[in-house]
Amino acid sequence: MSIQKFAFSPKEVNRRSFLKAAAVTSSAAALAACGDKAAIEEFLQRDFRSLSKEKIAKIIERLETEYAEKYGKPFTVSTKEAIPNTLFGYGLDLSRCIGCRKCVYACQAENNQSRDPQILWIKVLEMEKETGVDFVHANLYYDREKVPHEGHFYFPMACQQCKNPPCVKSCPVGATFTDPDGIVVVDYNWCIGCRCCMAACPYGARHFNWGKPGLPAEDANPKTHYFGNRPRMKGVVEKCTWCVQRTREGRYPACVEACPVGARKFGNLLDKDSEIRYILENKRVLILKEELNTQPKFYYFYGT
Amino acid sequence: MKKFWFKPGLILLLFVPILFSSLLLIGHQAGGKEKKDIQVPPPPLNEDTFPCSMCHADMETNLERRELVDFHDDIVLHHDEENRWCMACHDAENRDMLHSASGELIDFNESYKLCGQCHGLKLRDWEAGIHGRRTGQWNGEKQYLLCAHCHDPHSPKFPHMKPDPVPIKPGKKK
Repeated sequence: MSIQKFAFSPKEVNRRSFLKAAAVTSSAAALAACGDKAAIEEFLQRDFRSLSKEKIAKIIERLETEYAEKYGKPFTVSTKEAIPNTLFGYGLDLSRCIGCRKCVYACQAENNQSRDPQILWIKVLEMEKETGVDFVHANLYYDREKVPHEGHFYFPMACQQCKNPPCVKSCPVGATFTDPDGIVVVDYNWCIGCRCCMAACPYGARHFNWGKPGLPAEDANPKTHYFGNRPRMKGVVEKCTWCVQRTREGRYPACVEACPVGARKFGNLLDKDSEIRYILENKRVLILKEELNTQPKFYYFYGT
Repeated sequence: MKKFWFKPGLILLLFVPILFSSLLLIGHQAGGKEKKDIQVPPPPLNEDTFPCSMCHADMETNLERRELVDFHDDIVLHHDEENRWCMACHDAENRDMLHSASGELIDFNESYKLCGQCHGLKLRDWEAGIHGRRTGQWNGEKQYLLCAHCHDPHSPKFPHMKPDPVPIKPGKKK
């Protein structure tokens, strides 16, 4: 082979030619070691947004077979795009939340997060009424017999779906971006796992798969979206997508339907008759860390 | 002279129907958006005790305010109990109905109308979809619940509940 000849000719071996040859042979060896075609295809898959329709169809087919084999039931991986004239907004009534964590586990069940090591997208913080919203002294690991606990209130947090998202700006490969309906999503196959987005996010909303995601087959939700709840791999970042697989079909996110006190509200900011617009027009609303100019589309409000 | 008066009269006559219809239109708009028909699941009634007339039809009505013994003694009223008792909401004549403060009968299926007499702002928020849990479509049909599905009307404060498991701290095994 010409490369080998080139590399081993004693006269011409220099740093550059040696590295070239080493890279080619080692990647060829790695691919050969993987053996099956699917793994090679996955390795060579490019940025999803740059792919043709035919290639996307092939990828979806590959993923569906892979998941079906792994979890022993048929999977669907949707690539449904944003509904036109939609910009999602979310409302959370701080005066209602009782800290029961129902949303936390409804989210986990819907979105196929790893059970072990545990990844949870929603964090419910317990805060003291006396001090008010205070993240430094908030308690994520509150262990109470009954909630709400005397003198405390609860502050659930997940991705704020910023209009000006620092995570998207910090991604060196463009694996995370904002879709037209305002949802910030991750292309898990394009993510290189550098965790720059995690460092950039001021809300701690991004989570890294440090280990191989442990998702028992019986817990797996087979109705998935490419940018949403499809099973993830080790070494990629994931985050709340407002249940993109549900909301693009007109349904409410799982947390909204799970909340027993009805503290969670969701709707289209461009529809003047929507629930979220009613909240913005009639309630006292706050956004988190307004001073950072991230412009969240997640609005905390007081419904009383 | 006669002709001079006739012309404006004719014009006025022509305008009458237009004026009238436009007035009607304004009136319709002032009445606000047409109230949508809110569909709710059946109220959470106990089959052993409802319809109330099963027992109460043959009983004499005692309107005197008193502590109940033998029957309904499991109901503890924590809902402005100093000023009210059973007959403030339940109708004495028609046992299977509720009644508003002004005496109009209200079906159990529409009990939100009764609650809304005092909790008007909550009713307004509920109708707008802000108070209470909604399921269904954010851009289409939604399911509503009655006040009584979440709040016990006799003791409406939302009950305390056991929270779901504490998240595992990083570095700790399950």
